[in-house]
Amino acid sequence: MSAASRKAAESLAESLSKQVKHFSRTETRRLIHQFEGRCGQQPGRRAGSGLDRGQFRNMLHRTFGLTHDIIMDRVFSVFDRDNDGYIGVREWIAGLAVFLRGSLDEKIKFCFEVYDLNGDGAISREEMFHMLKWSLSRQPAEEDPEEGIKDLVEIVLKKMDHGHNSKVSYADFEKTVREENLLLEAFGTCLPNAKSIQAFEQQTFQDLPQL
Amino acid sequence: MGVALTRAAQWTGPARLKDTPANEALVRAVAAFVEQLGSRHPREAECVFQEPLRWRTALGASDFQTEYDISGPTVQSRERDEAGRPLLHLSPPDVSVLTFSQLSELLQVAENKKLEEVRACLEANRDPLVQILGPEIEQKDMPSELKSRLLALLQQLDSDLLRLSIEHVSPWVPSYSLKSEVELLWTFCGDENLLKSVKYTSDYVFPNGCRSPPWRQVHGDICHLLVQPYDIEVLHITCSISGVFLNMVITQEGAEESMYDRRGDLYEGLVSLLAATSPHFAKNVSRQVSLSRAQASCDSLENRSRSIISCRANGDESCSWQLVMLFVIRQKPWNPCLLSSPLLTLHFLFSSPFKDHITLFPYFSFVLYSGLCVSSKTTSDDFSESSSESEEDEELTERRTETNSDLPSEYWQIQKLVKYMKWGNQTATVIVLCALRDFNLAQETCQLAIRDAGGLEVLLNLLGTEEVKCMIGSLMILKEISRNSQNSKAIADLGGLQTMVDILDSPNKDLKCLAAETIANVAKFRKDRRSVRKHGGISRLVELLDCVPDPSPSTLQKQRDVEVARCGALALWSCSKSTKNKEAVRRAGAIPLLARLLKSPHENMLIPVVATLQECASEPSYRVAIQTEGMIEDLVKNLSRENQELQMHCASAIFKCAQDKRTRDLVQQYGGLEPLVSLLSHSENKQLLAASTGAIWKCSLSMENVAKFEEYNTLEILVKLLTNQPEEVLVNVAGALGEFARKPANRVTINNCGGIPPLVNLLTGTNQALLVNVTCALGACASESKCMGTIDSLDGVRLLWSLLKNPNPDVQASAAWAICPCIENAKDAGEMVRSFVGGLELIVNLLKSSHLEVLTSVCAAIGNIAKDKENLAIITDHRVVPMLAKLTHTNDDTLRRYLAGAVEHCCTWGTNCAMFGEEGAVAPLVRYLKSTDPAVHQATALALYQLSKDPNNCINMYENGVVKPLVDMMGSTDEVLQEAAARCVRNIRLLALANEKARYG
Repeated sequence: MSAASRKAAESLAESLSKQVKHFSRTETRRLIHQFEGRCGQQPGRRAGSGLDRGQFRNMLHRTFGLTHDIIMDRVFSVFDRDNDGYIGVREWIAGLAVFLRGSLDEKIKFCFEVYDLNGDGAISREEMFHMLKWSLSRQPAEEDPEEGIKDLVEIVLKKMDHGHNSKVSYADFEKTVREENLLLEAFGTCLPNAKSIQAFEQQTFQDLPQL
Repeated sequence: MGVALTRAAQWTGPARLKDTPANEALVRAVAAFVEQLGSRHPREAECVFQEPLRWRTALGASDFQTEYDISGPTVQSRERDEAGRPLLHLSPPDVSVLTFSQLSELLQVAENKKLEEVRACLEANRDPLVQILGPEIEQKDMPSELKSRLLALLQQLDSDLLRLSIEHVSPWVPSYSLKSEVELLWTFCGDENLLKSVKYTSDYVFPNGCRSPPWRQVHGDICHLLVQPYDIEVLHITCSISGVFLNMVITQEGAEESMYDRRGDLYEGLVSLLAATSPHFAKNVSRQVSLSRAQASCDSLENRSRSIISCRANGDESCSWQLVMLFVIRQKPWNPCLLSSPLLTLHFLFSSPFKDHITLFPYFSFVLYSGLCVSSKTTSDDFSESSSESEEDEELTERRTETNSDLPSEYWQIQKLVKYMKWGNQTATVIVLCALRDFNLAQETCQLAIRDAGGLEVLLNLLGTEEVKCMIGSLMILKEISRNSQNSKAIADLGGLQTMVDILDSPNKDLKCLAAETIANVAKFRKDRRSVRKHGGISRLVELLDCVPDPSPSTLQKQRDVEVARCGALALWSCSKSTKNKEAVRRAGAIPLLARLLKSPHENMLIPVVATLQECASEPSYRVAIQTEGMIEDLVKNLSRENQELQMHCASAIFKCAQDKRTRDLVQQYGGLEPLVSLLSHSENKQLLAASTGAIWKCSLSMENVAKFEEYNTLEILVKLLTNQPEEVLVNVAGALGEFARKPANRVTINNCGGIPPLVNLLTGTNQALLVNVTCALGACASESKCMGTIDSLDGVRLLWSLLKNPNPDVQASAAWAICPCIENAKDAGEMVRSFVGGLELIVNLLKSSHLEVLTSVCAAIGNIAKDKENLAIITDHRVVPMLAKLTHTNDDTLRRYLAGAVEHCCTWGTNCAMFGEEGAVAPLVRYLKSTDPAVHQATALALYQLSKDPNNCINMYENGVVKPLVDMMGSTDEVLQEAAARCVRNIRLLALANEKARYG
């Protein structure tokens, strides 16, 4: 790495670590370094634009063990703040902050954004149905597969729909999750589990040679 | 909808719904149903009604939008039915609607006025079901499949509504007293003087205890009965919250509703209603009921059995059988294990006053037989572990009477949820787990529903996954349902304990806590506690305790640690009920950790910690550790806290530890005596009382502590506790009084506060620990002549004497010890003893006992008895001399001492002195002089002096080398010993002189 680019990275880390509260400066530098490594792996792509949807999904699946297609797409969209189809370095670090070390509040907000498929500020019955569609996997053949899902949706609505308007607003969601933390990822896993977080942090922050 | 609307809804007038919360909930539910039907069941929602629903609406044409044909004030929908009628037609203020989808649209249009619309619609259409589906719904053959599906949906709504309206009725119904009254009536059935039969109209009991159908529960009905007296027709009786009344007789078909209406007066109980209605019953019942009532009102076992006996004593043969049965039935609510455990039943029957009434035995055998039938299902394994386990362990009975068809809807909902949990992935499972938690898991129906659906297996399987959320959710549910002993047994049988023990290693603290709490619930049975130990659970639980208690945990992290430790202590509390586990807990290094947690300021932490210590203090190693680790100070400190459970465990720990002198001193040093005494004021909490009196008893083993206790007027308080207390308390109180009475001044105090009569009364009991303590206390008191007077006047000595017949050697010994001071201090003791028929023979025969303490105490008593010449003559006839002589070979110094005393006193009659020699008692007695105990020396020297009055004995003694030790003892500082030794030597010497004189003349 040239002296100039090193200096640029240094100042980027400086400014980012001030914006993102969960990472120290050193950690931010490491994350930037690692991010650049990831982007560089793709030949023929201009560095700087960041990770595209495919790369990102790949990473979510391999590193953080997410499996649900719809959810992974949504996680991409939530990371991609400026909606340009690429995750830039700032978006990457801001997203990871929540992903790895987010407080409950931040996670609630993140999950809600993921689940609000059309971004209209509420999770509707149809959206729930869509997300939970494959959640009853080993159903015997004689049962109507959709019936069970419908039932699940009604159960969730009963628990979450405090406004009694057949959809779950952000306030509804927040209230429910505060009462029952288990429902944070009610419509599908969208956050990494403790084990993969640990593995990722280890790999990023400790195993790399000193910069 | 039909039943709910006609019956559950509360109407005023023909067409107004009352403004009640129940009605409002009903309207809200109907509105929600209509709105959801459109989206959830679109096809059914399009089904055209037979007749339109019409009502007066508040909506106008302006509220509707463009999808409708609007011409002036009238609005029509574009959709029409086959006959061309518009599905919605509004000509203000009237509106008519033909499908649910239109109804749902209309409600959306109405927005916040929709509830008013629904209400108006319901009021205008009193029988909506017929209008929607047509009159043929009465005849079961449905015209189309669509309609039958709609009907099914509506019926579902109907049952939901009914349930809803029941929830609004008082959730608590006083069904219990009623139930027992019905049980009472059942015992009357078949008796020609009383009733033919009593039946409930329904066998199904709702969770709230009612048997009436829901729509009658709304009116406060609890159940309906059919009672058949001997003299009149069957009576239809309704029991409701407000009272009991007769129903109308059904006169015509279809008048089903009027069946429940009231006829005649309202009575407060079934018996009074029957007495007022059936003259035959009234004539005969008064005697029965008064007996049973008197008996039913007595709560204690003892009193109840007495009343049965008294009725027997009055020659009332006919009711004794009923009363025995009633007695056993009545027993059930308090003591469900009675019938299930034949041993207990046996014990209870034969220890009760029943036992003297041979004619009742056939009934006993019946009770026993039925008990055996129930209990044969529960087999108990035999384990090597002995411990402080209570009977609760064996109380496992299958208590499932409901048949599947009658289960409430929660049951089926839970079954469905468990099914989803089986099929679902992680996401679905978490949702289902959260939904399951919303059920009242404390309710048995829900617990059983989970178990019946195979939910336990699924929940335990989840614990084996890596998914933390599923594990947490599963443990939350397991924790709740494992409070039910059947479930906890099932969990243990499925190997759940091992899984949960493994979870204790998890880094996630929430998981650790939940797992430990669940273990605390599950490890209630011996074999489960053992399995926790076998899987290495004890050491892991002990590891959880490793946390420093902080008075105000600053961070969330620390609070978590404290919570983990608390849960660990809870689980250890359960586990430490087995002896081997106590040892394992100690070996895992729990004691210093518990000592550290004992400094915690939080009661919820202290309770399990102290409870564990208290449980373990039955082991000597713990008692030492509790003292040396400085826990006494904390235990004493916690005695003064507000929480009675904590106080109870602390006092109980002190009770178990204070046998040790150093511990007692520490309790006093830390000021523990005063709080212990102040605990005695909680006379309503019997467990606390038992623990605190126990601690006082053990602390009063030190005389210094007794002096301290006197400052707090403890003696007076204790004496008051001698009456109307359970045996656990009485044992300790009597024990403490025995210790207090070692001080002469206290004996007088006990007498002055009236402590003697209750103590004497207690001599008639059967609890052996109690008898031992009571006799000790009375024995100590008897040393004071005033007390002795009181005991004598109450015929206490006779009672003490009769305890010599008790099979328990401890009781025999302590009774014999108590008899000694009585004989010493009673006026006319000799006469008194002779008046006990067979008493002297009884006590002499106890010399055949193999129990050392019994022998010692009886020797002491015989020594006293023999002081009276007439009595000595009698016991001589009962061959006391050879019996005593046989005992002389003992090596026990205490027995030697009292035996020598007995020999001394027995020598003074007839040829006894020579007989002791013939029976070979002299040589062993001479050997007693080599003992190290000075008290033995004294008694032996006295005995030898008496024996030396017989020349043959003198020769015998001389040959056994008695002179040398006796001469030594003449130099003793003990004057009695000096004199006795000298006299004995003198007798020997005189004999020698006389011999010489005779020989040499």
